[in-house]
Amino acid sequence: MSILVNTMTRVITQGMTGKTGMFHTRQALEYGTKIVAGVTPGKGGSSELGVPLFDTVAEAVDETGANVSVIYVPPPYAADAILEAAGAGMPLVICITEGIPVVDMMKVRRALAGSETRLVGPNCPGVITPGECKIGIMPGYIHRPGRVGVLSRSGTLTYEAVWQLTTLGLGQSTCVGIGGDPVPGTNFIDVLEMFQADPDTDAVVMIGEIGGSAEEEAAEFIKEKMTKPVAGFIAGVTAPPGKRMGHAGAIISGGAGTADEKIKALSAAGVTIAETPAGIGAAMAEALKEAGMLARSID
Amino acid sequence: MKIHEYQAKELFRAAGIPVPMGHVVTVAEQAAAAFDQLGGALAVVKAQIHAGGRGKGGGVKLVKSAEEAAEAARGMLGQPLITPQTGPAGQIVKQVLVEAGTAIDRELYVGITLDRSLGCPVLMASTEGGMDIEEVAATAPEKILKEPIDPEAGLRGYQSRRLVYALGFPKASRKAAAELLQKLSRFSLEMDTSLVEINPLVIDTEGGVIALDAKVNFDDNGLFRHPDVVALRDIDEEDPRETQAEEAGLSYIALDGNIGCMVNGAGLAMGTMDTIQLAGGSPANFLDVGGGATSEQVKAAFKIILSDENVAAILVNIFGGIMKCDVIAEGIIEAAREVEIGVPLVVRLEGTNVERGRELLENSGIDLITASDLADAAAKAVEAAGVAKV
Repeated sequence: MSILVNTMTRVITQGMTGKTGMFHTRQALEYGTKIVAGVTPGKGGSSELGVPLFDTVAEAVDETGANVSVIYVPPPYAADAILEAAGAGMPLVICITEGIPVVDMMKVRRALAGSETRLVGPNCPGVITPGECKIGIMPGYIHRPGRVGVLSRSGTLTYEAVWQLTTLGLGQSTCVGIGGDPVPGTNFIDVLEMFQADPDTDAVVMIGEIGGSAEEEAAEFIKEKMTKPVAGFIAGVTAPPGKRMGHAGAIISGGAGTADEKIKALSAAGVTIAETPAGIGAAMAEALKEAGMLARSID
Repeated sequence: MKIHEYQAKELFRAAGIPVPMGHVVTVAEQAAAAFDQLGGALAVVKAQIHAGGRGKGGGVKLVKSAEEAAEAARGMLGQPLITPQTGPAGQIVKQVLVEAGTAIDRELYVGITLDRSLGCPVLMASTEGGMDIEEVAATAPEKILKEPIDPEAGLRGYQSRRLVYALGFPKASRKAAAELLQKLSRFSLEMDTSLVEINPLVIDTEGGVIALDAKVNFDDNGLFRHPDVVALRDIDEEDPRETQAEEAGLSYIALDGNIGCMVNGAGLAMGTMDTIQLAGGSPANFLDVGGGATSEQVKAAFKIILSDENVAAILVNIFGGIMKCDVIAEGIIEAAREVEIGVPLVVRLEGTNVERGRELLENSGIDLITASDLADAAAKAVEAAGVAKV
């Protein structure tokens, strides 16, 4: 078991024939992900990489029974692509695209409220259940199947954490990148809830960064609802206020959203905090050891 | 992206939001002419720089004659204006706004920004206009009223009425105030703003509702829809290295330490800065080379880092995922041959094709310090910077 994606996942790629879409579709196919269709308006009826192409998501779903869509569509058209997938009844939409206007994402969020569609991202590395299904831009080989769930607002920082876990023999159940934008489709709490309910996840690594209050809200949830050990890292202790640190959502404004506040809230909720990214794997091992679960999670 | 007050007011005017009459000038003599043209007994001369807190730095002056207007403008133009937000060097004033004086009855605050928890914009308003709103939020949060804005429909009629009553607008001003709030919310959504602030919004002695100040910041991701806004950009207000980095497709923020950083990914870049600090050092910059950097970009990154004379060592931390370590290694080698690095270079590579990357670096003959992991890299960079400094 795992969360969100597994061997039953059948994926369509929206924006598959673009350079990025093509590259990562090929990588996913090599990993063993079941990519059943691609969608590029105007290319319906042809195929690429042995994957049939359709003009619309609705057609692709009808023909292939796909249940997840991944989006590599350029920013001006990405919000519409998300809504198209939702309109076709797709239960899970993973949007990789970086640089979508905030107003567009606010409208998407409003449109998806109360719908059956879950959006992960945008501006995220994607979701992977090691050994089963890789959707997104993360390098597959750094992962190994196991029992630690990983969730993060950052891409390469997640790879760093995953690599350390793998090196320590701590495999992963599922790794979820929720993305670095200020209006994400899925937040920390949504994923923590799934990991808490997943019988094959023993513990969770959570990686946050400056900006907003999602980490503080997650800390509240962890305190109240999580029984599984959680280790964490918050990037940006040294970040100056008022400067956007790469991600659109990573900014300290009006004295709110500092790393120190987030670390304080998470520590108070019982999360084992790594002081640097170099210590994330060790922090997870320590939290598991304290819970008497290390032997079970390691192999 | 930020714009000047006078530009924000021009946009307001076009959106039907009342602002005072004014003229922007670049030489002092024009300020006198502007005063006469406005025809009033009173005018305000306001320095046009992006940073806030201009009043505190002497960048806002009340004048009563054309001569006074020229004198005030002369005192500002070409001079650095130092405010709490500019840093100690200040910012050179190139333009001043000469604006008709307003007979103020009351001052209020109105702002629109994203509420991340709600996932929509929120309009904030307060009777405490003219004050530092962050201070009001900290000391008297109950004095700030908030209304969420529907991103499709804008501020609803009842929401604007609710605000107008709660803020105590006199009867004669209510209709104008409600209209202003609705126009402002539509402006914010249509123009892809990340912040709109009117501080103060005033009621004049005749009951008119006027935006006496205007601050508008834009969501960079939405700029492709607004070429007219892009044209308002003032590059002189930005850090030249940040602009240079942006042109090369890099994300760079100058800091005040002495260890230059080159990292792929924003989160890892921040994490690397944090690790340097924990190792007892201080980062000179944030630099994200992105997910698919070319050797051209790596070269550009080295040049930008080295243009900061405080840099005593450089730490390169790459976790190659999609970006392959051998490609990065080639970029480093090419850059080292073309750019004279001149400070110790610590390199940590991990991920895709790492063996090939390390081999390339080792055989290149370039003088560099290799590190096995991030903690090791930070320690070595701190040590190298310390030695280099001495």
